[in-house]
Amino acid sequence: MAKVQVTMTVNGKSVDGLVEPRTLLIHFLREQLNLTGPHIGCDTSHCGACTVDLDNRSVKSCTMFAVQADGAEVLTIEGMAAPDGTLHALQEGFREMHGLQCGYCTPGMILRGYRLLKENPNPSEDEIRFGIAGNLCRCTGYQNIVKAIQYAAAKLSGTPVKEAAE
Amino acid sequence: MIPGSFAYHRPKSVAEAVAMLADLGADARPLAGGHSLIPMMKLRLAAPEHLVDLGRIKELKGIRADGADIVIGAMTTQHELIGDATLAAKLPILRETALVIADPQVRYVGTLGGNVANGDPGNDMPAVMLCLGAVYQIAGKGGERRMAARDFYEGAYMTALEAGEMMTAIRIPAPPAGHGFAYEKLKRKVGDYATAAAAVIVTMSGGRVATCSIGLTNVAETPLWAEEAAKIVAGSGLDAATVAKAVAAAEAITSPASDNRGPAAYRKKMAGVMVARALARAKSRAA
Repeated sequence: MAKVQVTMTVNGKSVDGLVEPRTLLIHFLREQLNLTGPHIGCDTSHCGACTVDLDNRSVKSCTMFAVQADGAEVLTIEGMAAPDGTLHALQEGFREMHGLQCGYCTPGMILRGYRLLKENPNPSEDEIRFGIAGNLCRCTGYQNIVKAIQYAAAKLSGTPVKEAAE
Repeated sequence: MIPGSFAYHRPKSVAEAVAMLADLGADARPLAGGHSLIPMMKLRLAAPEHLVDLGRIKELKGIRADGADIVIGAMTTQHELIGDATLAAKLPILRETALVIADPQVRYVGTLGGNVANGDPGNDMPAVMLCLGAVYQIAGKGGERRMAARDFYEGAYMTALEAGEMMTAIRIPAPPAGHGFAYEKLKRKVGDYATAAAAVIVTMSGGRVATCSIGLTNVAETPLWAEEAAKIVAGSGLDAATVAKAVAAAEAITSPASDNRGPAAYRKKMAGVMVARALARAKSRAA
């Protein structure tokens, strides 16, 4: 099948590439742009490990063709830290609150947390749990992921951050 | 998992999309949010040769009042339904239903049109549309036609939509102000299809049911409109004996499959339980 030209902005940089129409966005990101932060977990739009931010929405990049993202603004975990390496508040929160063990779900969790906090800067615990319901973690039991997002919410709103997880 | 190869088309208008679908014939599928179609393509259960992406057609987006109707563009996402002020005021059952569909990421992309047009008996919105008496606006090469949602579903993944046609909008007569509503869904976990679910709209007058409509999800090959059950409760105060009769009437029209959500007998009973709960909650919300 003839390849198609796609152009998008990924982590603030304009990128383009030739893709087959059937190329999934996750494969374009990982294999053509070498952005291996977004992970392929279930490959069936359940687990959320492939979550990226696309035009101000959290999307599962395993369930979208790269051609559908033509012209879009995409943010992946590689674009979260500041250029000088300073971690984003969510990344810092996951580190400080022990929000990860194996780390496989973490890039998706952080990107989902990013959009959640953009839409609701001061979420309740219930709202966080509902908001990350499309992201599965098989290590942590979610407790410290919730704390990590609470940490980031507090830090981003300028309120004092609670003590770290035990 | 990699889908089969296809040619990709991106029309800018409904007219262009309809012309493409008519030219390409049965080998083409419209692509809405893709959250049913793409998983099917990855499993190679669907292998269209052409995809007509509706994602850039502006006229398919948005929610507006048109006289007594609410008209929702087919490409409006579940996320947009949840956040819309017109719907919150006039049709809150849509928000309640959208919130129990899939998960946040899927709701950002999945569309109302895709949900109702796909014909998957597990989808939640079709039963709500039967309950509300919605009308589907369907575009084809010959122009637009309208069809009642109650006449649209023919079997699992079988609808009245012909090859070359696409859904453009969902037109819903707004229920009267002060109506009660509920969508009760039993599911095993977030993101699951319903074991059974029921949509109810009621209006109350002097403590009695003035009007009632009931839809059922995922307990037959198609969504079901439980007309008889709704007739039974009309005029009643929703006393226990009347509700029990209505529940029995609703259960009687179901024919669920036994699957990993439970044996057929259980799912039939759960349809009744969802009807009873939805009636009670709808009544509690009615003015």
